[in-house]
Amino acid sequence: MPDKLVARRLNAYFGSNHALCDIDVTISANQVTAVIGPSGCGKSTLVRCFNRMHEVVPGARIAGEVLLDGDDIYAPGVDPVDVRRRIGMVFQRPTPFPTMSVADNVAAGLRLNGVALTRAERNRIVEQSLRQAALWDEVKDRLNRPGTSLSGGQQQRLCVARALAVKPEVLLMDEPCSALDPISTARIEELLLELKENYTIVIVTHNMQQAARCSDFTAFMYTGNLIEFGETKQIFTNPARRETEDYITGRFG
Amino acid sequence: MVGLTVLATALALVPLFLVLGYLLSKGASSVNWNFFTKMPAPVGQSGGGMANAIVGTFELVAVAIVMGVPVGIGAGIYIAENPARWLARAVRFAADIMMGIPSIVIGIFVYAVVVQPAGGFSTFAGAAALAIIMVPLVTRTTEEMILLVPAELREAALALGVPRWRTTLSVVVRAAGSGIATGIILAIARVAGETAPLLFTAFGNRFWSTALTQPIASLTVQVYTYAISPFADWQRQAWAGALVLTAIVLALEVGVRWITRGSVRVAR
Repeated sequence: MPDKLVARRLNAYFGSNHALCDIDVTISANQVTAVIGPSGCGKSTLVRCFNRMHEVVPGARIAGEVLLDGDDIYAPGVDPVDVRRRIGMVFQRPTPFPTMSVADNVAAGLRLNGVALTRAERNRIVEQSLRQAALWDEVKDRLNRPGTSLSGGQQQRLCVARALAVKPEVLLMDEPCSALDPISTARIEELLLELKENYTIVIVTHNMQQAARCSDFTAFMYTGNLIEFGETKQIFTNPARRETEDYITGRFG
Repeated sequence: MVGLTVLATALALVPLFLVLGYLLSKGASSVNWNFFTKMPAPVGQSGGGMANAIVGTFELVAVAIVMGVPVGIGAGIYIAENPARWLARAVRFAADIMMGIPSIVIGIFVYAVVVQPAGGFSTFAGAAALAIIMVPLVTRTTEEMILLVPAELREAALALGVPRWRTTLSVVVRAAGSGIATGIILAIARVAGETAPLLFTAFGNRFWSTALTQPIASLTVQVYTYAISPFADWQRQAWAGALVLTAIVLALEVGVRWITRGSVRVAR
C-alpha cells in the first residue's frame, strides 16, 4: 500500500506545553489506521496536526513535517484551507449546522467554498454523500427538515456525509462514536469498511475493541510519544513493547 | 423566610402595576381613532391627535437602526472573534462606558456636533443621538450571542476547508442570528422611549414633517410638551400618548421574550 500521510519528527506545542514528541508515523492509503492510548496521550492532537486544525487553537504550533502524497502540508506558502479540503474531519460530538436543513448541511462544504452548483448537481452530490454515509434511506424523505431534527447517530452520519461531500482523500475521525449508542456505533463501524475502498481513514478511539475490530493498522500513544505502530493483528496479539501490552490488557488506561 | 421573599416580590411589582393601572385609567379614554390619525389641533380646539408624533417616532427609530445596527453588529463580531487583540478589548471597554452615559449628555453632544454646524434641528440629528445609544447595546448583545455559539460548530466549518471569514459570517453569525435579532429589538424598545436626547436634536414639530433635515415630532417629546402645558385637552392627550408609548415598548419587550422562550436568553 502506498504511503498517504507521513509524519516526520512531528512535535506539537500548546504554548510551552510540549504535547507531541518526535512522532514518526506512516498512514497507508485506503487502509483504516486506529490511534489508541489513554486520555491525554495526544491522540487527538496528532490527528489534528494532520489537517492543520491544531494551529486553530491560539498559541498552538508544530515543528517537523507532515507529508501528504510526498508534499509537506506545513511548507511555507501552503494554505491550510486547501489542506483541509483534501483531509476531512469528523469530530467527537455531532455538529450539524443548526440553521440548515439536512440537504443544506451535506452541501455546506461546497456551498460555503463558493462552488457553484445547479440544483440537479447539488441533489446528486447530496444523495451520493448520504448513501456513502449509509444515511440516505433514513433521511431521503426528510431532506428539508433541520439538520438538528435527526437522532444523535444520524447526526453523526450526517457529519460524515458532509465531510465526504467535499471529496477529501483522507478522512480523520476523532472518537466519532464516543457520544453514540451501541447501535449507532455499530453502523458507523460498518461504514468504515465500505469507506476505506475510496478513502484513507484515521480513527482515534479510546475503545480498544473498536480498534481491534475495525482497523488495519494501529498506533499506540502514551504521554505524547508514539510507543508502537504496526498491523492491528500483531499489536493486539503480540505487541512488541511492554507498555503496549499493559495498555491492551487493561493494566492501565 | 419564604413569606419575606414573597412580600419583597410583591413590593417590587407594585410600581409596575400602579403605573400600568394609572396609565390605563387616565389615558384609555383619550385613545381613539382621532389620536392616531389627526394632527395636533390649535390650542383650545379638541379633536386633535398625535399622528405626526407617532410617525415621527417610527421614522427616528428606523433611521437610528440604519445608522447604528450595522456598526453595532460589526463591532460585536470583531470583539467576539478577536478576543485577544488590544483593539477588541478597548472597544468592549468603550461600549461598556457608553452604556452608562446619560442620554441627555448624548443629546447635548449631538447638538454640538450636528445641530450647531448644520444650523438647525433635524430628524437626522435625532436619529444620530438614538443610534449612539443603540450601538453599545447591540455590540454587547452580538458579542455575547456569538460567544454562545459552540466552538465545535466553528471547528466543524473550518475542518471542511471553509476560510475563517466565511466561517464567521455564514456559520457562526447565522447560528447566533436569533439572539442578535433579539438584542436589536430590545435596543429598539429602549430608544423608542428616549426623550432627553431628542429635545436637543429632533426638537419637535407641531406640523407634519418627515424630512430628514427638518425637526420632527416624536411621541416622547410630544408627551412631555403636552404634559407640562396648562391645557386640559393636551394633558388628556399626554396621558393617551404615554399609554400608547408604554404599550409599544411592552409589546416589543414581552413579544421578544415570548417568541424566544425556551431558547437562548439575552443577558442584560
